[in-house]
Amino acid sequence: MFPVIVSELSSPPPSAIVALSNLVKQFGRFAALRGITAEFAPGRLYALLGDNGAGKTTLLRTLAGLTRPTRGAISLLGTTDVRAACREVGYMAHPSMLYDEMSGMENLRYFARLYGIEDDAVCSEVIRAVKLDPSLERSVGQYSQGMRQRMSLARALLNDPKILLLDEPFSNVDLGSARDMVGLLAEMRNAGKTLFVVTHQAALLEKVADEFVWIEAGKIVARGRELEPRQPPAEAE
Amino acid sequence: MSFRSGITRATLAKDIRLEWRSKDAINSMLFFALLVVVIFSFSFDPTAEDSRRIAGGLIWVAFLFAAVVALNQTWARELRNQVLDAYRVSPAPPNSLFVAKALGNFIFVGVLEGFMTPLFAVFYNLRPLGPGWELIPVALLGTWALVVNGTFFAAMSLRTRSREIMLPLLLFPISIPALLAMVRATSAILSGEESIGFWIALLVAYDVVFTMASLFLFETVFEAE
Repeated sequence: MFPVIVSELSSPPPSAIVALSNLVKQFGRFAALRGITAEFAPGRLYALLGDNGAGKTTLLRTLAGLTRPTRGAISLLGTTDVRAACREVGYMAHPSMLYDEMSGMENLRYFARLYGIEDDAVCSEVIRAVKLDPSLERSVGQYSQGMRQRMSLARALLNDPKILLLDEPFSNVDLGSARDMVGLLAEMRNAGKTLFVVTHQAALLEKVADEFVWIEAGKIVARGRELEPRQPPAEAE
Repeated sequence: MSFRSGITRATLAKDIRLEWRSKDAINSMLFFALLVVVIFSFSFDPTAEDSRRIAGGLIWVAFLFAAVVALNQTWARELRNQVLDAYRVSPAPPNSLFVAKALGNFIFVGVLEGFMTPLFAVFYNLRPLGPGWELIPVALLGTWALVVNGTFFAAMSLRTRSREIMLPLLLFPISIPALLAMVRATSAILSGEESIGFWIALLVAYDVVFTMASLFLFETVFEAE
């Protein structure tokens, strides 16, 4: 059971790039998000932690504009119109969001067109950025899980987004590949991007995350720079 | 080239490439339509005159049933690995996707018709008594009527549990006016007994109305959770 406290940050965040106000998402009678109010500063890497069903993925999908909130408001990059901000947002889901029958380059070429990017050099660049070979002709269906995850990350990076939403990027990935990806995420944060990473492997992000955000039963129950949440005074021995 | 048409072209090219590699839709449609032709040709032993009367109905019903196979495939492909979400998070307009999907299905069903029509003619000993070229506008307008509604309703039934069943339940009743026009026009051309002007006009009106309605409503269907 996580403590229902929100730890103070050592310095107040600069003007928020993402602001949530009483965000509620209900699926029928089930409330996946129960009134989240929070602000997130730009240029930071946030690790979203919590048990299965806590609402992490729903929160990410809501930020990506894939799910409409039942109540409350979202402000992304200063606009409350999430669709309008989509050019500046990259989203990587748990599944690869790639066509298995096409090569990585073919996939990225298609998704680049959706953002009006005609230059194949952009696709090659992001494929190289995730340490894959753009000339690889194998179809994505024949990739290893680690390669697929990296190609999926490359797809999310195509539009050079200011905000990156990553849902379990390290799942089913071997430790070496996962560490490579963590290094890559740190580089992106250092380049000024804001990252939200949902993960069950928090230890991987211990050295690079700027803030850990614990979500439980659809609410943010703790935020802090330490991986272990602080105990509330009443429960501390 | 505008942003919208660029996306339509890219999506259409991608769908054709995927179909060329997997041949999922074309193979299933051809097999299904071939079965219909063979089974009916064994079931009946029609004279040339009988064939001209029933062939219009038979051929279009075979194409309609076979098209449902392709229509189900077209969106199922987008659900695997949640690829559709990659489209939804992009700034690409939903209607560009719809137009590309409808055009892709039009091409796939057109290929099927190109293969199957000569076979029908052989199996049923068909030779049009009216102007044979008139079959071309009937085929073009009729095929568009099937695929534009089919693409829309396939998208609508995408998130339902038994979408393979749901699609024909939605598509067949609404296709009745178009199917009637296609069958009557085809029979009229084969028998050479009447003009097809009215049926062509009906198909044009049907296509315009349902294309507009689908374009108007697709965004709502696309954004539905």
